[in-house]
Amino acid sequence: MKREAIIENIKVRSGEDLLEVVQKAENRAYFTINKNILPQIARYLFNEEKARFSTASGVDTRKAVEILYHFSIDAIGFIVTLRVILDKSSLEIESLTSLMKCAEWIEREMHEMLGINFKGHPDLSHFLLKDDWPKGNYPLRRD
Amino acid sequence: MTRKIIPIGPYHPLQEEPEFFKLHVDGETVVDIDMELGYNHRLIEKIAEAKNFDQVTFLVERICGICSTSHPFAYVNAIDDLLGIQVPERALYIRTIIGELERVHSHLLWLGLAGHFLGYNTVWMWAWRYREPVLDIFERIAGNRQNYAMMKPGGVRRDMFEEDFPWIKKTLKDLIPKVDMFKGAVMDDPVIHARTEGIGVLTKEDVHQYSVVGPTARASGVAIDVRKNDPYAAYDKVEWKVIIHEGGDVYSKAVVRILELYESINIILQCLDKMPKGPIDSGIKDMPPGEGIGRHEAPRGEVIHYVMSDGGNSPARHKIRAPSYMNVASNKKAVIGETISDATIILAAVDPCYCCTERMAVVDYKTGKKLMDGQDLVRLSQEKTEKLRNRRVI
Repeated sequence: MKREAIIENIKVRSGEDLLEVVQKAENRAYFTINKNILPQIARYLFNEEKARFSTASGVDTRKAVEILYHFSIDAIGFIVTLRVILDKSSLEIESLTSLMKCAEWIEREMHEMLGINFKGHPDLSHFLLKDDWPKGNYPLRRD
Repeated sequence: MTRKIIPIGPYHPLQEEPEFFKLHVDGETVVDIDMELGYNHRLIEKIAEAKNFDQVTFLVERICGICSTSHPFAYVNAIDDLLGIQVPERALYIRTIIGELERVHSHLLWLGLAGHFLGYNTVWMWAWRYREPVLDIFERIAGNRQNYAMMKPGGVRRDMFEEDFPWIKKTLKDLIPKVDMFKGAVMDDPVIHARTEGIGVLTKEDVHQYSVVGPTARASGVAIDVRKNDPYAAYDKVEWKVIIHEGGDVYSKAVVRILELYESINIILQCLDKMPKGPIDSGIKDMPPGEGIGRHEAPRGEVIHYVMSDGGNSPARHKIRAPSYMNVASNKKAVIGETISDATIILAAVDPCYCCTERMAVVDYKTGKKLMDGQDLVRLSQEKTEKLRNRRVI
């Protein structure tokens, strides 16, 4: 019941910006959304549903770069994954760090591994790679 | 007063997670902290893309040297989720036993180190002494004391033998009075209370903001535990409870870990009694395209793996997130405003496997001259305990 309500809420809040919903299992749901709606949906999950931000996975699918934000709603053991597809010509997205501190490290990591620019992030310096890592060389990119 | 920086880390041969903390101190008080990671970054996520699905189990087992089964456990959960298969029941029980044995030995290891940092070297020696029988159990089951290689997508790699069960049960039951002893040593000792209560506090709001996991969150009264919230393996088939404590300080973190030892022993004993006979592997043949998320409550908190398959032999993408990734970030909140002598135990309280403490060095901010090294800082922490102890005697 609670799970359906959350799925329904995300559908209503994202409206036309929701591209696809896949409920792979009872406790796993994947939403593909447009990047402009991401901060709003993340705020809903983190602030209103008190979801825990587990992590984000950046994936280079060759055609585009995807970011999957995994939110865990622990009370009902539900993982909501928000998938945002970024065109390789404009790898830019709003940072979620101002909303939740826990996004700071993973965004820095995705920035240096995939070359995604997080707008509004306080510090996008190198995190896991060394400081003199060659510019424009992204280890997890496949092009 | 001159502001100084205390670098902690980045390397220590005993730890598998090199981290570098820079404590900015004003006199005795920590006013800011910088954290750097990546000193031993191996890009295992990329290597996984060059291994087949079976080999990745062994690869991720080598991420952590202490809780070596945590990552394979989360990984096989992710593969099971990707395939949507039902794993044979006996395999689920064996997975649970391995996961819980690991929690017992890992918590005992932390308890020993925490004792050492506070100047209770007897606790250190004894905790590690009573950790040994747990490793012996691993040796009997898997042939190895670490890197057990028990996990396998769709099942487990080795069976357990019924004739070993009485010995395993006896060894674990013998451990309970020893845990009682540690419980008494920590909960009844006024000096430990004085050293650990009210320091390094994380509030419920901090827990949410930093999304910390495991005992670090449960010690702040937040009842999150993947084993209960999103049951996997045999955790919903046995009786146990989630341990929480309200304080949020170092003391609460110690209490949560000690009480969890009882729960883990309890879970293993029930699993040994309830384990059905039958196959241990579901025999996966093909990997279809798809994606899966697997989680496991490791001794330090939730491990989460995301696996994407494109129908080939190897993962198209394998994202790994260890619990310390979230917990260590919360040090920014816990350590600021505390004193240097407390920093040792606060940074150790999230159990970042080792916390680089012996690599600490106090360096003059301006001249770069070394003033104190790691041993001095541990001594500083131990002296504070000694001072408190003497004050109470008088």
